[in-house]
Amino acid sequence: MGKILQRFGDGYLHEMTDAELERDIEEGTKDAAKRAKVPPLSEDEIKHLFDIYSFPRRFVSVEPGNEVVLSHDGGTLKLNVGVSGGAGHGLDIGRRLCTEIYERLLGSDTMDFGHVDYSFKPAKNILADEQEDMEQTLLSTIIPIYYGAMPNLGAYTQPDGPFPNPMELLTEGKIEEAKAACEEIVEAATRDMVYIASGMYEAGADGVNFDTTGAFGDADFLAALQASEILRKKHPGIFIEMGMAGEFILGIHGGLTYDGVRLAGLYPHQQVKLAEKAGVNIFGPVVNTNTRRSCAWNMARVLTFVKPCVENAEIPVHPNMGMGVGGSPLTPIIAIDAVSRGSTAVVEIARADGL
Amino acid sequence: MACTHSLASGMGGVRTAGDLVARMEMSRSMKIEKAKEYVANKLKVSVHDLSDSTVMTRVREELGLGCVAQLPGRPKGIEAKFNIAKVLGIEINSVNKFKKKAGMFVPSTV
Repeated sequence: MGKILQRFGDGYLHEMTDAELERDIEEGTKDAAKRAKVPPLSEDEIKHLFDIYSFPRRFVSVEPGNEVVLSHDGGTLKLNVGVSGGAGHGLDIGRRLCTEIYERLLGSDTMDFGHVDYSFKPAKNILADEQEDMEQTLLSTIIPIYYGAMPNLGAYTQPDGPFPNPMELLTEGKIEEAKAACEEIVEAATRDMVYIASGMYEAGADGVNFDTTGAFGDADFLAALQASEILRKKHPGIFIEMGMAGEFILGIHGGLTYDGVRLAGLYPHQQVKLAEKAGVNIFGPVVNTNTRRSCAWNMARVLTFVKPCVENAEIPVHPNMGMGVGGSPLTPIIAIDAVSRGSTAVVEIARADGL
Repeated sequence: MACTHSLASGMGGVRTAGDLVARMEMSRSMKIEKAKEYVANKLKVSVHDLSDSTVMTRVREELGLGCVAQLPGRPKGIEAKFNIAKVLGIEINSVNKFKKKAGMFVPSTV
């Protein structure tokens, strides 16, 4: 039985037999199906995924006609400083030039334009600067541009923010105090997201991207949903994208609801329905990578979570496919064999509308 | 990573019709197949042509939609977006803001 090199979630190559690869795919889809209570991949889908991951070339792509559009998170920041000092390419250029490079050199369909901290809260003090930079960029570019940032409710907890940290309160057994802190943080974060997104829309941006939504669990998700709902009413034409932080909404509060639905414990096919109700235009499900398993195992999980999300959605679905999510290894520079296989699989098997 | 995704499964932005299809997903929440059909009908090309850089460069030049090459005398940046809004029949926020600031006609929704 022949052996083939397979990329793992830690970024390194390991030898696997065909049988081991097939078993990994079957185990991956069963794991996700059990967790989200959704159907596993069919035999044909497993075979398609096996063909993609056993293909002995460096690069794999979709068939002509299956191309999709790509949205971004972090976008322009990746060419200069990176997000909070991480993963930037160090080019001494501003976001306007970054956008022009993405548009004319790198074939981007859209561009995300955000503050270096990539969170809404710290952008409040410099909104006027952000607006001015956005206005200049919009004059010289063609592709759609939206302002991107993370709800990042953790930034509202002491000592960085004004509210007690629910995580610390929980470890002290102060359940009710933790819940109350969550609720106060949701209110403050919702207000900030609406303020920043409105300001950037008024500057001419096509809209906003709520990236890494749910990083602070159900409180984070609720704040982004509420902000989306308010923005949709305030600016009917605004574009809203919501990208998630993980496949499962953690119950930091545990009892928060939106439109009567408890948020804790929701999986992508359920999350997307609430996003639709809130007025979101594009939903970005996330499935986190297990670094100890093969990319094929991870991608089988991604497809099993994302396929019912796409089928259940009335809005376009753009799964997150970056480092550490979407079947990609958790490395700053991801090998093209891993990226191209994940890209192809999620478009051709899960039928995603974009990435 | 973004470049690899773009090559593996992306439409290609202004090299093709990627930005135009993206605008329909963004402004009307159209799923990818519907968005492609809409844009193809408006441009009077086939859906397959939308991802063909040879065909789309010619179409974009003819319609003034902007492209990779910054040709002299041809629409660029916001000028191309004026034409995109007209050809696709959509509102583009930055175009409307430009009109408002320049004292031009602005839709009542702005």
